[in-house]
Formats: sequence, C-alpha cells, structure tokens
Amino acid sequence: MTQINVTVDGISYSDEVEPRTLLVHYLREWLGKTGTVVGCDTSNCGACTVHLDGRSVKSCTMLAVQADGHQVTTIEGLAENGQLHPMQQAFHETHALQCGFCTPGMIMQAIDLLKDNPDPSDDEVRLGLEGNLCRCTGYQNIVKAVQTAAKAGGAT
Amino acid sequence: MTVTEERPTTEVGTPRRRKEDQRLVTGRTRWTDNLQLPGMLHLAMVRSPVARAKITSVDVAEARSAPGVLAVITGSDVADIQGSLPNAWPVAEDQKAPPHPAIAVDQVSFAGEIVACVVARSAAEARDASELVDVEYDELPVVLDLAQAAADTELVHPDLGTNVSARWVFDSAEACSGGNVEDAIQEARDGGILIERTYRQQRLIPAFMEPRSVVVDPTGEQTTMWSATQIPHILRLMLALTCDIPESKLRVIAPDVGGGFGGKLQVTPEEVVTLLAARQVGRPCKYTESRSESLMVAHHGRDQIQKLTLAAKQDGTVTGLKVELLADMGAYLGLVTSGVPILGAFMFNAIYKFPAYHFACTNVFTNHAWTDAYRGAGRPEATYAIERLMDELAQEVGADPLEIREKNWIKHEEFPFTTVATLEYDSGNYEAATAKARELFGYDELRKEQAERRERNDPVQLGIGVSTYTEMCGLAPSRVLGALSYAAGGWEHASIRMLASGKVEVVTGSSAHGQGHETAWSQIVADRLGVPFEDVEVLHGDTLVAPKGMDTYGSRSLVIGGIAALRAADKVIEKAKVVAAHMLEASPDDLEFSAGKFTVKGTDKGTGIGDVAFAAFHAHDLPDGFEPSLDAEATMDPDNFSFPHGTHLCAVEVDTETGRTTIRKYVCVDDVGKVINPLIVEGQLHGGVAQGIAQALFEEAVYDESGTLVSGSLTDYLVPSAVDVPSMVTDRTETPSLTNELGVKGVGEAGTIASTPAVVNGIVDALRPYGVSDVPMPCTPHRVWTVLQAAGASGGGAA
Repeated sequence: MTQINVTVDGISYSDEVEPRTLLVHYLREWLGKTGTVVGCDTSNCGACTVHLDGRSVKSCTMLAVQADGHQVTTIEGLAENGQLHPMQQAFHETHALQCGFCTPGMIMQAIDLLKDNPDPSDDEVRLGLEGNLCRCTGYQNIVKAVQTAAKAGGAT
Repeated sequence: MTVTEERPTTEVGTPRRRKEDQRLVTGRTRWTDNLQLPGMLHLAMVRSPVARAKITSVDVAEARSAPGVLAVITGSDVADIQGSLPNAWPVAEDQKAPPHPAIAVDQVSFAGEIVACVVARSAAEARDASELVDVEYDELPVVLDLAQAAADTELVHPDLGTNVSARWVFDSAEACSGGNVEDAIQEARDGGILIERTYRQQRLIPAFMEPRSVVVDPTGEQTTMWSATQIPHILRLMLALTCDIPESKLRVIAPDVGGGFGGKLQVTPEEVVTLLAARQVGRPCKYTESRSESLMVAHHGRDQIQKLTLAAKQDGTVTGLKVELLADMGAYLGLVTSGVPILGAFMFNAIYKFPAYHFACTNVFTNHAWTDAYRGAGRPEATYAIERLMDELAQEVGADPLEIREKNWIKHEEFPFTTVATLEYDSGNYEAATAKARELFGYDELRKEQAERRERNDPVQLGIGVSTYTEMCGLAPSRVLGALSYAAGGWEHASIRMLASGKVEVVTGSSAHGQGHETAWSQIVADRLGVPFEDVEVLHGDTLVAPKGMDTYGSRSLVIGGIAALRAADKVIEKAKVVAAHMLEASPDDLEFSAGKFTVKGTDKGTGIGDVAFAAFHAHDLPDGFEPSLDAEATMDPDNFSFPHGTHLCAVEVDTETGRTTIRKYVCVDDVGKVINPLIVEGQLHGGVAQGIAQALFEEAVYDESGTLVSGSLTDYLVPSAVDVPSMVTDRTETPSLTNELGVKGVGEAGTIASTPAVVNGIVDALRPYGVSDVPMPCTPHRVWTVLQAAGASGGGAA
C-alpha cells in the first residue's frame, strides 16, 4: 500500500492505496466521485477525463499514486455556488448530450481545449475532442456547445 | 372530441432544453456501476477463449481459496436452476434453437461465453481469482462462414441436426397483395431490365458508451435488480420465467442508462448469473463488464447476406423484387434475434409501388456471438438493399437516381396506400421532402461539378448519394406482433397523478436511456393539463414505480408511450371536470377547459385544475360517488405502425489514388410527423446519421479463422470520433401521422436507416467512371482502393 495526498474538487484526501489502483477507480470507489465514469479499457473513449492541475488527463491512464501531491478536478467540481460552468451550461443549451455517459469527460476535455485555443474553428474543436467518443449525438451539437462556451469565456 | 383539444398548444413544438441535463452535466448521475450497497460483493466472469469446444474440466479449487473469494460458480453448479435464456420471437412453428445457458455447462459455442463466475469482496479480487480458474477445452471445428453454415457441412449444435434455425417466407402472390415475382423476373429477362446483386450487411457492434452493469440485492421480500437495460419490464418477466422465480418477487430498476441502440434490449447471461450468485450468497452482488467483454459478448447486430433480384421495364418502372436472405443468428437465439430479419421483410419495398415481391429468409447458427436488435433492426438492412438497387436501376436506365425513385414511389395523393408487403402506409409526402433536400443540397450544382471532375479526370472524384427511405415505427400493434408469433404485445402504459399541491406526476412504462422522455412527456402533459412544464415530473424505469410497461425500442416511445400519457391526461381532465362542476355548481356539460382552467360557458366563473386537485385530495365536498384523488391511467395499443420518411443526400469526395472517402456535404430532410421538441428530434437525427455513416465507412466486427473477435477493443472497432463524421444539414417536412392523436411518427432510428445507403451510393457514384458498381461495407480506403485496382485490371477506367 502506498500513501497518497490528493486534492479532489477542493477537498484534500490522504489515503493508502494499492499501487495498481487507477486514478479513476480511486475517484469512484474511494472518494465516491461517481460523476467520472469508465467507458473502456484502452484509453480510447475519454469518458473518464478529469483535470490534473488544470489540464485534462484520462484518469484510466493514470495510477492514483501518480496523482500524489496534485490537484484533481472532476465534473463534480466544476459548478461554483450552484452556477454551472459555462461549458456545462453550453452543453445544456445546445443539446450536446443525450444519454450523458460521455458528457463528463467530453466537458472536461472541451474546457482544456479552449485553454489551448480560446477561439477554435469547428475543425479544431473536432480535432481537440478526437480522444473522446460519443455514440449518441453525432458530435454536431457538441461542437456547437464548445463554440458557444468559447464565446462565453469557457476556458476558465 | 374532448374540450381539451381546443386549447392552444404552447409547449409542444418548442425546443425546450432538457430536464435530464442538470444531473448529467454535473455528474450527479445514477449509473448502475455507481451503486454501493452494504455488504455488496463483486463478480468476475471466466469466459471461454475458444469459439467451440467441449468443456472437459473446470477446476475452481485455487480460485475458491484466493483472497476475498466467497464463491466460484460453474455451469454444473447451476445447471438445474439457470434455465435457458429466452427467445421471445419464434418466427416459425418448427424454429430450432439450442438450450441457452447463462453459464456454459459442458460445451461452449462462441468465444466469450461464460464458463464460471467468481464472487469476491472486491472487483479486483474477483478478477484476480478469475484467472485462477482452470478450464480445459477439447476444441471442435468452428462454423463461421454463413453459406457454409447453411450447407450443414459442420454443425454448430449437432443435437439440432442442422444449422438452420428457421426459414421465413413472404410471397405477394400468396398473400394476394401483388403478383408473382417469378413472372416479373421472366418478363424482365425477355426484354426488360434485370438487376441481380448480392450485398453483405457486415456484423456491427452497438457499442453504447456505458458498459453493461448489473446489481442484485437479494435481501428483502422482493429481490431488486438494477441493470443498464432498455427493458426493465420485459426483463423482470423474462427473469421470472427463466429462473422460475415468482414475478412478484422481483423488482427491476433501470436507473440512468448510458445508451442502448438495441444493444441493451436483451436478457443477458450476466443478469441471470448475478441474480443467481446474489441469491446463493445472500448478499448484494455487482457485475460490470469491461469494454473488451462488452464488444465480445454484448449482442451484435446486422450480419446478413442479401441476394437480390430486381425486375423492371426498360423505362425504369419496377415490376418485381425478390429477396433471399441469409441471416447470422450467431451461436444462440437472444430475445428477438430470430425476428430481426423478419422486421426487414416489410421494408424492402420501401416507398415504392412494386407489383410483385418475394422475401425468403434463412436464419442460420454459427460460432459467433449472437446477433439481435441494433438501431433499426432489419430495416436498415432492407433500406440499404433497395436504395442501392434503385441506384443500379438508374444507372441501367441512364436516368437520374432521384427521377427513377420518383417514377416508382407512392405519390402524395395515393395515401393511404397498402404496400405489396401488406402494410398500410397512412401518410407521406416524398415529393415535398425530396424537393426540399434537393434545394438545400444544391443538387444540380453538385452534379455539374461532378461532370467537370469526371471530364478532367480529377484524381478526387465527386459522388452524390441518394437515399429516400421510410421505416415502420411505433412497434407495434399487438395483433400484428401476435400474427408474427412474437410472445408479447406492443402496447404502452402511462398514469398521471395530480398531487394535492397541483404538481403532476407522470408515470410511463417507456424506459428512456438518452431519448429525453422526461422533457418530451412533460411538454405533452403540460399542454394538455394546462400546467407549467416545470410542474410535471416524469417517472420511469422502475417496476415498482412504473409497474406496467413495454419499454423502449423500435422508435416506439413517443408514438405509443407518449400517446398513452396524453390519453391519461385526458382522463384526468374528464374526472376533474366532474369535481369542477360540483365546485362551480354547474353541469359538467356547461364547462369548458382551457389553459388549465374550467370555466362555465358564457360566464367568468371558473376554477383552476390545481384547485380541483386539492379539492379531490381533501375530499371534504365531492360529488356523490366520486373517489377521492385525481389520477388516471391509460394503455395505448396502436392500430397501425407509423411511417416516418425522408430524403438524405450525401456528397462524397473519393480520392482514387488512396481510396479515402471524405463526406463533403450531408443534407437530410426527414418527415417524422408532428414534432414535440425539435431540439431532441434534431439530436436523434445527428446521432442516427453518424451511426449509419459508421456502418458505411468504419465499423465491422471481425473474427479470425478460429472464431476469435479481432476487433475486440475500441482501438480495433472504429466507433467514429468527432473528426470522422461531418457536420450535417437537417431539415424537416411535416406530414402528420394519421394513426395517433398527436400526429407523431418516431425518430429514433431514422438517421441510421437512411444514411448508410446515402454514403455508399455516393461512393459508388463517384467511381462509376472507373467501372465500379459496388464497394463492400465498410468502405475503408483499403477496400475502395482494392475495388478500384480490380476495376482497372478488368478494363475499367475513367471516362
């Protein structure tokens, strides 16, 4: 077992975990952060995407021990004081989700995308989301959501 | 006529943002895998690595003594209690089907079949221990090729004596719905046009984003199952029958479900095993599949070979169609495996007036994972075939593909129209949808550009793909299902409770998993009852909360479940009117109801439905004989299917040097009847079209010669990403369905049904100058390039 200290959505945690524990399993099973989900086992789908020190990572591709000393933000930590993050609001406004399973990862990745490129073209949005799969929406409204959020300052 | 129909609508037709979203965008979700129950144990499945074998021994000793392991369950442990997984659609009286055990007992018939199950304290311990189960297999020859399977040279299930599960035939001459197709073919041979083609519908994997998960709590009087399923009600009944448990002792909950596309329309081995395990150990148990397991064993879709003969006159008027299908069932029959090709039987004639039609389907077992419903289920396959054939016919005649379609389709003024496949199409306007699509697409300009590119031998050729489709939705009239030997009905149930506070609870038997029922049903009921959208709560997906239902598939929810909700609302109003009349000291006949208010005609005396609900609740002063509370229920069993239709146009650029296809423009004009929420309709089309494009260009479940799934991860099975699918133009025409009060038709499968042939027709159209008349799906760059090379070698070439 290995000791880790991680801050997740503003709360600090100190735990002893098996070294093989993936970050996503630590989030879901230890911390009850079930907003972050597992969609595959090959890092293709991106459903588990969270932010590590403000940048997106697929939390199934990281061990919990690698998050030691870092700040993790999940979909559950985005809204502040009951106010949706502009990206969450944009996903809602543009109907960019249907079943919603890919949505947490998609939103976390989309925010990261705008950090790199606050004013992307549609093609740049698509490229930036290439690592996140959605089976419901055909991506069209997701692209629209990211553009809507970009105009609303969604990178922050 | 009820007075409610006079009130103006406000909610229906507006693009309401979805109620469901708030939870989903903030992660406050209830996926089955999120559940943690006190004392909960975890399951891992031991799966066969081989496709066909005798199981000679299963040694569980080491696994059973591994840390944290409470039980290891083998097929022989549960042979007497696991029953046989159900097939609800015996398509023929002499249909053959092998026993379908949840855990294989003495033989396995496809790679991935469960041979044992480990129950342990944690998921990791269960999985660790599952690797310690030692199974010995005596491998047997596999049957993978459909044609060989049909020839019975090697049998998947020797006890059946054949690989043919069933044969199902429809003939228009026998059904008296048309002529004899052999006559039409002979006439075509003698001076008309005869087109003979064989198309393959490759095997697809539904690949819903949420892997399947099931939790069973055996404590308490009712055993409760949470499952990532589309069908909590059907599942409950089928589990009861399969495992010989009283239905009343089971409760099934479908909490948030992350997509289905037909893939979660199933009674799965994993559900049965988790139920049996939980009952054995007496503690809650959870099983969540990995993506690899999901791709391997969650049922697949399509996988048919279609042998087609189209007969026509020289001018392009179709005189007959003959269809011979070979359909791969896989190793077993699932819930509706055998019926999927039969659903297609009614759609090969599509929007056209064919005078003669013959359909014959042979359902065949192989050593693949079993197939079953996948978005469209039989109808995409049929639509692909006929829309490809119409393009081939246009090519033969030398006419434009749209003209040849118009020559043959049912004209707007000819509705209602009884088709050669005996369905009565109630309404449609193919002319209007096509004209609109043509304009949005810039059809003539693109044809001009295509000619220019052909003229200059451009290495990147432009192709224009056409697909004018219809589909049968709103599955289904119970009497039709009965006539087709389906084991259940096709009705849907709803109940509405006006609460004392005036808020409204709508309970629907339809079970949403991304479709937006909570929003759409709220819009329907808010309008009908004249209450605010926000005051309506829609409840579903739990057999305790919604005891009656037939669940969600086949684009049925709105057309049947939505109408049930509407009718329940009308019954609430009728009941409320009696109370309102009493309150207003008037006759019910003198009341009118509008915008949530009962008014005495010709006066300003009135009362709101909320006040009536409160009066019905406190019951201090009700009319004699009126039972307190204001609620009602309704069950809708449709008289007919609904028939959405539309015209999809796709411009593709095909690089003849690399074989790469790029979709340049995609326009669809769909007629799904009246629209409750245009935002949701558009979203369904976007996603549906993307899934159909995926069949055309990317996806295929590939097995090697030993029967191992090669495309067993999302690295190998190409679910398209945002860069792989185009932005599309969607628009609508609105020809109301005449089969229900709202005029709605259903939209869940339309995009997927329409788009696959639109894309492939585009690719073939681009390559016609090279002598290409077909590209097998998926049309990967390699496939396109290979076809081009073969065409070049056989003397084809650019014009």
